[in-house]
Amino acid sequence: MEAVERAARESYGKLVALVGRASSDLHAAEDAVSDALAKALETWPRTGVPEHPDAWLLTAARRRLIDDARRGQRRQTLDEADVVDALPAVGPIPDERLALLFACAHPAIDPAARTPLVLRCVLGVELERIASIFLVSPAALKKRLTRAKAKIRDARIRLETPEGEQLGPRLDTVLAAIYAALTAGVDAVEKNADGAAGRLAEEAIWLARITADLLPNEPEPRGLLALGLYCESRATARIDAEGAFVPLEEQNRDQWDTAMIEQAEAALREASAARRPGRFQIEAAIQSARIARLRNGENNWHSIVGFYDVLLGLAPSIGAAVGRAAAIAESGDLDQAWRQLQQLERDAGNRLPSFQPYWAVRGELLRRRGELTAAEQALTKAAALAADPAVRRYLSAKAARIAADER
Amino acid sequence: MQYALIIHEQPEEMAKRTSPEHAPAYWDAWMAYSQAVSDAGVMRGGAGLETPDKATTVTLAPGGHEVHDGPFADSKEQLGGFFLIEVDSLDDALAWAAKLPSPGGKIEVRPLLPPRSEPGSEG
Repeated sequence: MEAVERAARESYGKLVALVGRASSDLHAAEDAVSDALAKALETWPRTGVPEHPDAWLLTAARRRLIDDARRGQRRQTLDEADVVDALPAVGPIPDERLALLFACAHPAIDPAARTPLVLRCVLGVELERIASIFLVSPAALKKRLTRAKAKIRDARIRLETPEGEQLGPRLDTVLAAIYAALTAGVDAVEKNADGAAGRLAEEAIWLARITADLLPNEPEPRGLLALGLYCESRATARIDAEGAFVPLEEQNRDQWDTAMIEQAEAALREASAARRPGRFQIEAAIQSARIARLRNGENNWHSIVGFYDVLLGLAPSIGAAVGRAAAIAESGDLDQAWRQLQQLERDAGNRLPSFQPYWAVRGELLRRRGELTAAEQALTKAAALAADPAVRRYLSAKAARIAADER
Repeated sequence: MQYALIIHEQPEEMAKRTSPEHAPAYWDAWMAYSQAVSDAGVMRGGAGLETPDKATTVTLAPGGHEVHDGPFADSKEQLGGFFLIEVDSLDDALAWAAKLPSPGGKIEVRPLLPPRSEPGSEG
């Protein structure tokens, strides 16, 4: 039934946040919410959809929780306040999803569990889908999530939005969890195309929007929202009719979602009005500049290099360093780009050899330097490291072309 | 909710306990912290421990037990003591942990087991 599906997608996290607030027991909250949704599927076709579906679901979920407590199935006993809370809710329910996000992405939670937990509890994404996106078995993921939820309950991590000086560092881990979902979604080119793993980038954008809307004074959530929208605006153009990966420079710009690009520009403008730059705003600015370059034909590679400098100052990463080397090459200074890459090889140490974009950029720089054998080897290495099949085929084909040129 | 703040000190911090030069400031800082926890009304217990060279480890095995000189944990930081505090949430406990006067120290924050309900009682 469509009304239940819609309520499930839009309200799942709201309901889990409200039901789980008293006990910090997300497992119990999820069970109760699922049970309420099942009840709705059974009841609503007969009675019609209630005026406030959320309130109906909340009441049903809380009743289930109280029944469980009475039957002694839950370790936490409910106090007076919870029972009062459980009186039938009327009108729209409050949106406590932000508090839930902060609990799921708490620094005391295993970093590998944070993004899956956010997807599961805030958005209600099915376990099997999350497992397929993060390339783990559903059983292993379930174990990881069960452990994280037990920690939230037993160590008493509250479903609360931190305030004051606590907010900044705590917000960082929330945004990092959303960013991880976004990059996993954007990198899964082929999965996105056939819909097998679903539209994870869309979910990440949804989360960034919730965070940005609920924390209107913080610029970074809106920067992350802009970044997500820029990436997603090119999702269709990233893969052609034959299922082949198309890099940004070669994309058919008619396939870009211009409305989404406008939304991204607006979000970035709004974020930068606060004059508190952060890594996500800068990453969004890089996307904006690259899109502007292709749309208007202006050569702005120097300002893109400048953005990478700022990014490396705010949040050093090998990804940003590799991106900077590539941008320097595009700006026309191949020698400087090559020196930067060699510097990185000395500094980054053993993390570099397993970083796919490094091998792709190295291969391209070697090709331009005319070192074709080494270029082919680097691209072959990049292809082997690519998680997405479409990207792997693209890099292998590029390596094969270089090998053919060599002969 | 009760939490234990289990304090693993750097060896050079622990050495200050007996250093004529550093001992006064060291103990003052711990007394001040202890006072602050008491004043906040969250103190439920705790103790400082002697240095690990005075520790003895007993290993219980099926065939009997073995006694060894020294602490069990083989790490640079050593268990120096613990506080028991009662606060509302993990974040409150973490905030107290962050204020401990133990530069370079590692503080393990653990909830205490809830009291076990009597067998045969409700549920």
